[in-house]
Amino acid sequence: MDLKKRILEIAPETQFVEQGDIKAIVPSSSFYALAKKLKEDEDTSFDFLLSLTGMDFGDSLGVIYHLESTKYGHTCVLQTSTTNRENPELYSVCDLWKTANFNEREVYDFFGIRFINHPDMRRLFLRDEWNGYPFRKDYDMESNPLNMTNEVTEDKTTELTIDAEGKVIEKENTLFDDKEYVINIGPQHPSTHGVLRFRTSLQGEIIKKIEPYCGYIHRGIEKMNESLTYPQTLALTDRLDYLSAHQNRHALCMLIEKALGVEIPERVQYIRTIMDELQRIDSHILFYSCLAMDMGAITPFTYGFRDREMILDIFEQTTGGRLIQNYNVIGGVQADIHPDFVNSVKKFIPYFRNILKEYHDIFTGNVIVHQRLKGVGVLSKEDAISFGTTGGTGRASGWACDTRKRKPYAMYDKVDFKEIVYTEGDSFARYMVRMDEMLESMKIIEQLIDNIPEGAYQVKMKPIIKVPEGSYFTSVESSRGEFGVFLESKGDKYPYRLKYRSTGLPLVAAVDTITKGGKIADLIAIGGTLDYVIPDIDR
Amino acid sequence: MFDFSVVSSWIHQFLTSVMPEGLAIFLECLVVGVCILAAYAVIAMILIYMERKICAWFQCRIGPDRVGKFGLLQLFADVIKMLIKEIVELKNTDKFLHALAPYIVILSSILAFACLPINKGMEILDFNIGVVFLVAVSSLGVIGILLAGWSSNSKYTMIGAMRSGAQIISYELSIGMCLLAVAIFTGTLQFSEIVAFQADGWLIFKGHIPAVIAFIVYLIAGNAETNRGPFDMPEAESELTAGYHTEYSGMHFGFFYLSEYLNMFIIAGVAATIFLGGWMPLHIPGLEGFNAIMDYIPGFVWFFGKAFFVVFLLMWMRWTFVRLRIDQLLKFEWKILLPIGLFNLVLMILVVVFKLHF
Repeated sequence: MDLKKRILEIAPETQFVEQGDIKAIVPSSSFYALAKKLKEDEDTSFDFLLSLTGMDFGDSLGVIYHLESTKYGHTCVLQTSTTNRENPELYSVCDLWKTANFNEREVYDFFGIRFINHPDMRRLFLRDEWNGYPFRKDYDMESNPLNMTNEVTEDKTTELTIDAEGKVIEKENTLFDDKEYVINIGPQHPSTHGVLRFRTSLQGEIIKKIEPYCGYIHRGIEKMNESLTYPQTLALTDRLDYLSAHQNRHALCMLIEKALGVEIPERVQYIRTIMDELQRIDSHILFYSCLAMDMGAITPFTYGFRDREMILDIFEQTTGGRLIQNYNVIGGVQADIHPDFVNSVKKFIPYFRNILKEYHDIFTGNVIVHQRLKGVGVLSKEDAISFGTTGGTGRASGWACDTRKRKPYAMYDKVDFKEIVYTEGDSFARYMVRMDEMLESMKIIEQLIDNIPEGAYQVKMKPIIKVPEGSYFTSVESSRGEFGVFLESKGDKYPYRLKYRSTGLPLVAAVDTITKGGKIADLIAIGGTLDYVIPDIDR
Repeated sequence: MFDFSVVSSWIHQFLTSVMPEGLAIFLECLVVGVCILAAYAVIAMILIYMERKICAWFQCRIGPDRVGKFGLLQLFADVIKMLIKEIVELKNTDKFLHALAPYIVILSSILAFACLPINKGMEILDFNIGVVFLVAVSSLGVIGILLAGWSSNSKYTMIGAMRSGAQIISYELSIGMCLLAVAIFTGTLQFSEIVAFQADGWLIFKGHIPAVIAFIVYLIAGNAETNRGPFDMPEAESELTAGYHTEYSGMHFGFFYLSEYLNMFIIAGVAATIFLGGWMPLHIPGLEGFNAIMDYIPGFVWFFGKAFFVVFLLMWMRWTFVRLRIDQLLKFEWKILLPIGLFNLVLMILVVVFKLHF
């Protein structure tokens, strides 16, 4: 099927740009109809909105959509924009893809684009009384002096709709009414794994509604990147999802290498793959530990930390870093692997394979664990795709969404491993996916560790890297889902816009759907099995 | 066998010889009260140290080892810290009830503690309805917990208090069933007589199947009574931060903390008394020589040995299991534990009526 032709049939004014990835520029008036068609038509069925990126093009403000079909695997990139900088309005697609809800709020927050028909047009990360929209290129950095007053949380939100005459009108929606028993879970709470805040409406112990509030540790990494050179931007990726530090940096390096057309030596590919998988095991051990702790068992927690230490030691040996390794660089890795690296990895794997049984003995087989996790927090496959909850959460719902299989990179097409997919979609399936994935990761490492080829560990790069003009997108499978990097380059030594597809934001967006009708204790168990990391949500 | 009543009657005679009897009894009461409080504090400290070391052992850690040899002085450091900490007063709380709640909790715990017969002749509160009295005073604690949750004026503490109320009242029933089964078997509600009844064999051996069932049910329900894992819903730290005592600080928090540990000891002590013979040494009928040797070990050693063994079992449970959910917890009590308790009661009656016991 010729996608270009299809798009032109539906929206004839569309233009195509072929710099970097092919991008279809759609006028805002016909965009919604096109998106709806592309999603609902049987032969296109773009049911997965991978990424939604706000852009300031200078003269206009716009949004870039990365769509993918889970059925056929084809992808397309759409762009729409409006020249009205005073009062920019675009049509919302959050009724087509549920993940667009939070993403559009993020775009509103940073670019001020208001989405018509979006039910909840509030800021997502910044406080309500913030002046201006910080990701716009003409944003005045001085416009928000330190505010010493407390912020009041509003229970009202606005929605833009179109009335019969085609005029945009504002409507007020209520989040929580006065009679509801609303408690704040977070931002300081032991089980939100960071500074995330859930306003939870309760009826006794039963959860009626959850409203997540993000942004407590938003650092504006994407904005900072716009004034950093490419090698400098690398340093910030490790600080996103710190449990996928390696994979995040891998994604950005891959993106820049792809844009520059650099060929990466095989040795580097081996090292990167092994490191990625070690990082995945590291992250999943932490997942296991924290889930156990959230559910009140502290002993498995210490077991997990005991064994995670060994991986951290391996990282430290080669990279010098434990949590944040700063190991990948453009064109290779920072330093060659430690002479003892192969040995220590080979010592770790049989040890851990053995210890994993102990994990299952103390936690997985426990009858209370089964009661707490089985059938709790079911996320259907349709919802998983619509919310874009990639990674373990998606795979537990029966969605085979492993980026390593769908879009193989590094060594993943040359190693033999199984994609773990469960169909139940409940908390227990989410837990088991990660436990089984550790075994697969060890299998991958075992296939590679003995055959690391000799050669250079780095390609010599120019001191100043300039990425050719165009837009690029790459993604890797991080420890908790598909981590994507989108780059819009104007041919400068600085990126014009660098956007990270957060793996955690879709998970948080889905929390309300998953927990509805559950108990407070279920929220904790579900939060534990969703396995989000807050710095990844608040980039 | 060393009988403590020799000591106490000697003191009584000495005091009555130098002062009027009323004053003597008053003085004795004072001394006994101080002794209870001192024992209470010392046992709490031992328990806290024990819990730290045991949990460290379960978790492949070392536990406290910096302050003093083997970390022994850590406890004193903690107690001093707790004592000198400020008691924070919060806005919009019911000040009187907020301050009262920890005292109710600790009072109920001390009263229950006083019921435990530690040695032969060393019973403090010992009368013919001792078991009923124990159940009554130990369930007073829930009032303190509910007050704490209510008066703190916080939603978290309120949820914790409600959970706690539902949980303690439910599990009280199972405890009652187990104690009733024992009362049927021994034919008395007085602790000293229950212990004396076990002179020729501990109840758990004499009563065989129903006694073992009662012991297990009692341990589970007792663990739930003390709000410890896996039944620590009222203070589930990963859900409600600290449950009903979230808003307490300083020694007021310390009282809750103390009473939690002491309640565990009381549960263990009662289990030791009624199922494992209390201060009664291990006697095997027919082996006179063995029995005589066992009698050389003083009663309080037996009592504390058994009680700390049960405490160890409770800690083992706590550090292994995951926390239940509140509905599962109540379902477990009303649909599983209570029917088992009732069935066990009938079984015990049959055993007693048909003299099927040893």
